Amino acid sequence: MGYFLFFLLAALTVGAVLAMIISKNQAYNALFLILAFACLGGIFALLEAPFIAVVQIIIYAGAIMVLFIFVIMMINVRYGIPAEKKKWTIYLSIVLAVVLIIELILSIKGAFTLPVSTAIIKAGPTDLGRLLFTKYLYPFEITSILIIAALVGAIVLIKKKEKK
Amino acid sequence: MIPPNYFLILSVILFVLGSVAFFVKKDLITMFMSIEIMLNAANLAFITLARSANSADGQIIVFFIITVAAAEAAVGLAIILLIFRQKKTIKSEDIKLMKG
Repeated sequence: MGYFLFFLLAALTVGAVLAMIISKNQAYNALFLILAFACLGGIFALLEAPFIAVVQIIIYAGAIMVLFIFVIMMINVRYGIPAEKKKWTIYLSIVLAVVLIIELILSIKGAFTLPVSTAIIKAGPTDLGRLLFTKYLYPFEITSILIIAALVGAIVLIKKKEKK
Repeated sequence: MIPPNYFLILSVILFVLGSVAFFVKKDLITMFMSIEIMLNAANLAFITLARSANSADGQIIVFFIITVAAAEAAVGLAIILLIFRQKKTIKSEDIKLMKG
């Protein structure tokens, strides 16, 4: 059952990302990406990280992608962006992708021999919250400052200049 | 239980697909989306290794990655909107003001 769910979700994720690469319409791209993120949320749930799975669906598939769709609607490009004319860049990127995939698999090869863990990890909201406010308190505060900076930065960037 | 290397290979595939999408696509918004795919591949690797190490610390890191991704999305989309306002285009090859 677990294998079936994993392969179903993995195939859906990879298929949605491939469809995003092929499709030219930006709104469809955003919808494919929502599908990919939702399936990744399911994979996180398979890895016994239920809270992260819910956060993934709420924040990524919900908030961030809604932001993307808002910007796509505001920009409103009527026709799709035409594909790359120069074919050699596509071939070059395929070659680079093969090189990158070999390199990454070699680099994570040491993790392939890890034993399958069957112990239950405590990763409920209570445990994560306790960890977040004790061991990771400083990163948490720094992240809050980062979010404030990003918020103010986005507003300052997008604000129209007042005409005198 | 599913062994962790399945998840790690899925993470590698997603990362490579994200980087290929970044190089192949031509509009800024889709390029930005492929960055999000790469971040998610990193999240998957973190959660897989946290699972096999029996600790919840990897999941906390994923929290921070998600918050940083949200902040980055807000600023990046603001910059894309600014570029569109000035140049009326979001094709990456039309933005070559600093190209020598």
